[in-house]
Amino acid sequence: MAEINLGPGRVGNQRPLSPHLQIYRPMLTMMMSIAHRITGAALYFGTLLLAWYLIAAAAGPDAFATASHFFNSILGKLILLGFTWALFHHFLGGIRHWIWDAGHGFDPAGRELLAQATLVGGLVLTILVWIAACFVG
Amino acid sequence: MRHDPSSMRTAASRVRFLGSARSGTAETWHMRVTSVALVPLSIAFVFIVLSLIGKDYESAVATLGSPIPAILMLLFILASVYHMKIGMQSIIDDYVHAPHVKDWALLGNLFFSFAIGLACVYAVLKLSFM
Repeated sequence: MAEINLGPGRVGNQRPLSPHLQIYRPMLTMMMSIAHRITGAALYFGTLLLAWYLIAAAAGPDAFATASHFFNSILGKLILLGFTWALFHHFLGGIRHWIWDAGHGFDPAGRELLAQATLVGGLVLTILVWIAACFVG
Repeated sequence: MRHDPSSMRTAASRVRFLGSARSGTAETWHMRVTSVALVPLSIAFVFIVLSLIGKDYESAVATLGSPIPAILMLLFILASVYHMKIGMQSIIDDYVHAPHVKDWALLGNLFFSFAIGLACVYAVLKLSFM
C-alpha cells in the first residue's frame, strides 16, 4: 500500500493542510455547500418535531391537542416554515449531488447554475407548499 | 517498526497492512441510496402533512393510520433516520476531534437516530392498529 511521501523539508508533524473557510473568498457554490450541511443538521433535529407529533397522535386527544396548539402558534409556524425550507433546500442539494455523481455540472457555468437553481428552487417550493397549506387549512 | 511521522496512515492500519478505503466507502454509497429513496418519499411526506392540516384528532388519526400513508411514513422514517445518522456522523468526523468528545458524540448520534426512528415507527404502527 503506497504512502504519501511528503519529501524532505516537510517532515515532523507538518501534514498538508487544504485551504479552508477563512482563506477562500465567499462564493455562491461554497455557500450552497455550507447550507446543504446546515439544513441537513437542522432537519436532523427537526425530526424531534415529527416524533412529537406522531407520538402525540398515538397517545391520545389531549397530547394531540397540545402538539396541534404548538404547531398552530406563531412560533410553531415559523419553525415549520424553516423546516419546509430546510427540507426543500436539502432535497434539491441532494439532486445537485446526483448530477455531480453522474459526472455533470462541474464547469464554472454549470456549477453556478446548479447553485442558483438550488437556492431559488428551495425558496419557490417552500412558498408553493405554504400557499397550498393556506388553501387546505 | 520505524514510525514515519509524515505518514497519512493510522498506526492500526499500518499494523493490519490495510489501506484507508476498505469498507470506508460503504456509508458514502448508503448515503446515495437513501437519498434516491428519499426523493419520492419526502414528496409523499409533504403531501401527507398537507392532508393533515386543519384536521381534528379523529380524522388526523384515521389518515395516519390508513395503510398507504402509514406505509409511506414508515419508509420515509426509516430512510430518513439512516440517512441522517450517516450525515451527522460525517459532520462529527469533520469537526469533532477531541478523543472522548468525539466518541460520545458518535454514540449520541447513533442513539438519537435509533430513538427517533423507533419512536416514530412505534407511533405510526400504534395509529395503524388502534
